[in-house]
Amino acid sequence: MTTYYSKDHEWVAVEGDTATIGITDYAQSQLGDVVFLELPDVGKTLAKGDEAAVVESVKAASEVYAAISGDVSEANDALADEPAKVNEDPEGAAWFIKMTIANKSELDELMDEVAYKAFLETL
Amino acid sequence: MADPAASETLLQTPLYDLHVGLGARMVPFACYDMPVQFEGIIAEHTWTRENAGLFDVSHMGQAFLIGPDHETIAKALQAIVPSAITTLKPGRVRYTVLLNGEGGIDDDLMVTRPAEEGTDGRLFLVVNAARKDVDFPMIAAAMPEGVRLEILDDRALIALQGPKAAEMLVKHVPGVDEMAFMSSMDAAFDGLDVKVSRSGYTGEDGYEISVAAGTSEAVARALLSHDEVKPIGLGARDSLRLEAGLCLYGHDIDETTSPVEGDITFVMQKSRREATDFPGAARIMKEFNEGASKKRVGFRLEGRAPAREGADVLSEDGTKIGHLTSGGFAPSVGAPIAMGYVDAAHAEVGTPVKIVVRGRELAASVAAMPFVEQRYYRKPA
Repeated sequence: MTTYYSKDHEWVAVEGDTATIGITDYAQSQLGDVVFLELPDVGKTLAKGDEAAVVESVKAASEVYAAISGDVSEANDALADEPAKVNEDPEGAAWFIKMTIANKSELDELMDEVAYKAFLETL
Repeated sequence: MADPAASETLLQTPLYDLHVGLGARMVPFACYDMPVQFEGIIAEHTWTRENAGLFDVSHMGQAFLIGPDHETIAKALQAIVPSAITTLKPGRVRYTVLLNGEGGIDDDLMVTRPAEEGTDGRLFLVVNAARKDVDFPMIAAAMPEGVRLEILDDRALIALQGPKAAEMLVKHVPGVDEMAFMSSMDAAFDGLDVKVSRSGYTGEDGYEISVAAGTSEAVARALLSHDEVKPIGLGARDSLRLEAGLCLYGHDIDETTSPVEGDITFVMQKSRREATDFPGAARIMKEFNEGASKKRVGFRLEGRAPAREGADVLSEDGTKIGHLTSGGFAPSVGAPIAMGYVDAAHAEVGTPVKIVVRGRELAASVAAMPFVEQRYYRKPA
């Protein structure tokens, strides 16, 4: 499994043709207490850059855009009852969706962990 | 996050270094670089409801109205507010609004009549940060000869709020635990001059402490030295006041809304309603007697999705009947709540409505405010 990162602070863990997608620890720390998540329906086709999810913190709603294109194969519905999990374990149990990857070449435009950490240093 | 270029032009309160040292996340608010959160909004919100929270509200505008005697300055101020100020007793605080000629609200503010000897002919005013540049010239221009406005831009304002606020503050200012709600006094905080009022913006018991900028950090640090007191940012200040059903100027009330529409008619004491001698009295008294066409109400939403300012409110049959002016997740309620305006026919508590969020109609109902029990201090009989 290889994990990629976007400049919008999403992580994309790839295993075969399936990508598991969530937001990074940095993203959750910026959002603050997460109180609600709106995840896409299973079967929805997302193009890279489409609105994939909405994260509501106490203060504001933030859109999460699809880091890559593909079809949503699973949504982490457990987060509906426990949105605070996004703050506690954003890069683990609080994944958002799984997708069937449409175009693997889009992964090349993302960062690896070392590059993402270097990117965070610049913020 | 604050834009670095913009932050160069932001103002700082006297407690700025303290916030940064405590690890606050700073954001621009009303031209100031202010702490939005320290530990986290929900944790800070809950801490304030259970213990004591310290808020820096130094960005707010403080001023004295000074004239020959109370009667003169009270009458002068009454020309622009609908509250009874002439009858305000020494040592008492009153919440009121500045009115424009159309009966809209130019700002909401706190007016204190000091009790101390030698302060006759003085009123202490606290106005909103975002409005002080509008309010102060407007107030000054409205004053007759012999009454002047003295802006106090060298003072900080610290709020200490929560059920343990009295127990903590009395360690530094003897007697504050016996102050009545909405009363004020000049006092010494560990020897430092302060003006203390028992008031606040959270629905909890608490105090607002006006102190010279130069000694404000010492006061804040002394309070924060207690385990029961934690620093609280603007994020929790907003969620606490929303639960308490209190208006945020520029959102829940503004230049177009009247005190009747805003459901704050308590600012208009009977003597003033009878005299009808305040700006916009014709509109305001018509609305008071016959009802306004719209009214500020609270909402509770079913489910967990919060609805925010600007969202449309629909009747059950899908007709637009209003919009939200504030809204969010309420940590102490454990559910989303909101405030907004609806047509008078739909303003009754319990009326089912729908609130539109990202194209979806969320089930909600008009709810009584405050959303949490107010726990203001009541003197034992």
